[in-house]
Amino acid sequence: MTQTKMIGNKAITVNEEGYLVDFSHWDKQVAETIAKEVNIDLSQRHWEVLNFLQDQHKKEVALNIRKVGSSGVVSIKEFYTLFPQGPLKTATKIAGIPKPASCI
Amino acid sequence: MKQLLILGAGTAGTMMANHLNHELDKKDWKITIVDERTKHYYQPGYLFLPFDIYEPSDIVKEIEEFIPKGVNLLKSKIDRILPKENSVRLEDGKELHYDLLIIATGARIAPEETPGMQDEEWHKSIFDFYTYEGALALRNKLRNWEGGKLVVHITEMPIKCPVAPLEFAFLADSYFKHKKMRDKVEIVYVTPLSGAFTKPKATAALDHLLHDKNIHIETDFAIESIDYAKNALVDYSGREVSYDLLVTVPTNKGDDLIARSEMGDELNYVPTNKATLQSQAHQNIFVLGDASNIPASKAGSVAHFEAEILTENILRFIKGEPLKADFDGHANCFIETGNGKALLIDFNYTHEPVEGTFPFPGIGPLRLLKESRINHMGKLAFRWIYWNMLLKGTHIPFVSTSMQESGKHYEEVEN
Repeated sequence: MTQTKMIGNKAITVNEEGYLVDFSHWDKQVAETIAKEVNIDLSQRHWEVLNFLQDQHKKEVALNIRKVGSSGVVSIKEFYTLFPQGPLKTATKIAGIPKPASCI
Repeated sequence: MKQLLILGAGTAGTMMANHLNHELDKKDWKITIVDERTKHYYQPGYLFLPFDIYEPSDIVKEIEEFIPKGVNLLKSKIDRILPKENSVRLEDGKELHYDLLIIATGARIAPEETPGMQDEEWHKSIFDFYTYEGALALRNKLRNWEGGKLVVHITEMPIKCPVAPLEFAFLADSYFKHKKMRDKVEIVYVTPLSGAFTKPKATAALDHLLHDKNIHIETDFAIESIDYAKNALVDYSGREVSYDLLVTVPTNKGDDLIARSEMGDELNYVPTNKATLQSQAHQNIFVLGDASNIPASKAGSVAHFEAEILTENILRFIKGEPLKADFDGHANCFIETGNGKALLIDFNYTHEPVEGTFPFPGIGPLRLLKESRINHMGKLAFRWIYWNMLLKGTHIPFVSTSMQESGKHYEEVEN
């Protein structure tokens, strides 16, 4: 089930959990709007992490907390400070990329 | 004479030794299997040992008993694989050449990854049940434990047998009821996932069972450390969960020899083609069971289904034919739910665990995703099947390698 969401005057399509269905809909305004919904003001550090996640996604790397923590971009501790409560789930949503599939 | 080398004589490696011993022509091929240990442990039994349901003798046998006579068993620690030289170096420096290599070195617990876990309280108030020693120490602790707050905890995914910690919580509920002390025990299930299991449909059924059994669940808990002086788990966001008795599943990692060989990912798992089981980096290396990074459960049933397909692919590889991309991630797991009952789940890469019957469509006798006594009997009977059929590579009647779709009520998984 997908739904359409208006951000500014732009219509974007998201799935039932609020993740973008099509990355081409993503831009900085979309990111800022989704971030505000979870009470995050995006700082330079947030952007560095978001860019890293998008880059990993482009390279088809399956993301998990351990990988982010060992990337050298951000420690797990800081990742939690930047994106409290489920940082990977929140950060991927803001970055406009799919929610990482839960491992089995 | 060509050399086929298998590293690891656990569930996966032993099955391959038996399959290939039947299939390969001994005039052309010599099969060698290497493992440093002498004992074969029935790992599903670790779940029952703490509750005095199984005895140590039920779950430990000699590796030798299960390796066929035509296969050379070498007891040695392995230093590293040298893939460019098609050879494996043993601890004593001796090198074994191979034409074809099968990596079946499994996964192990790595409690050293979490600060405070493997310190003073290890096997005193903090236990694992993923090793023989851990399960036995826990049995001795539970025999005399007077009650308090029992926390069952998963450190991070992936882990071997992802349902085992849930089963542990269910069996603990049953065990303490039986000992007439359930009112003295609070059971809390702490998980890094957002629910009881990784697949939504099974999670709904299992969340319900946890609630029924009065087991509280703490989700999305990403542990940073254990403050053993305070008896508390601490997560990265500062959340704390206290315990009197902690039963944890530590981080799982592939064998250190994979790291020494520089062939693994960040958890020492070998990047592997998920459909053919061929190593992504080297054509003459195949990876079976828990040692690979394929997105299937790390479980004996998965290794069993993989072994049948891998045997075929190895024969094709030897003949120079294209490999069959047939492995579908099929897993089939009994989930003990306590009080002599169990659930059964059956799933693969693309299909979630569903309701239905197994192995005969519409008949059963086993029922998928529903608690029943016959499922529990199935789980107990499985130990006999494991020692007498599965390890020896005997095909288990009626259970197919790929998942069957009839007799089940499905929805496709969106990926």
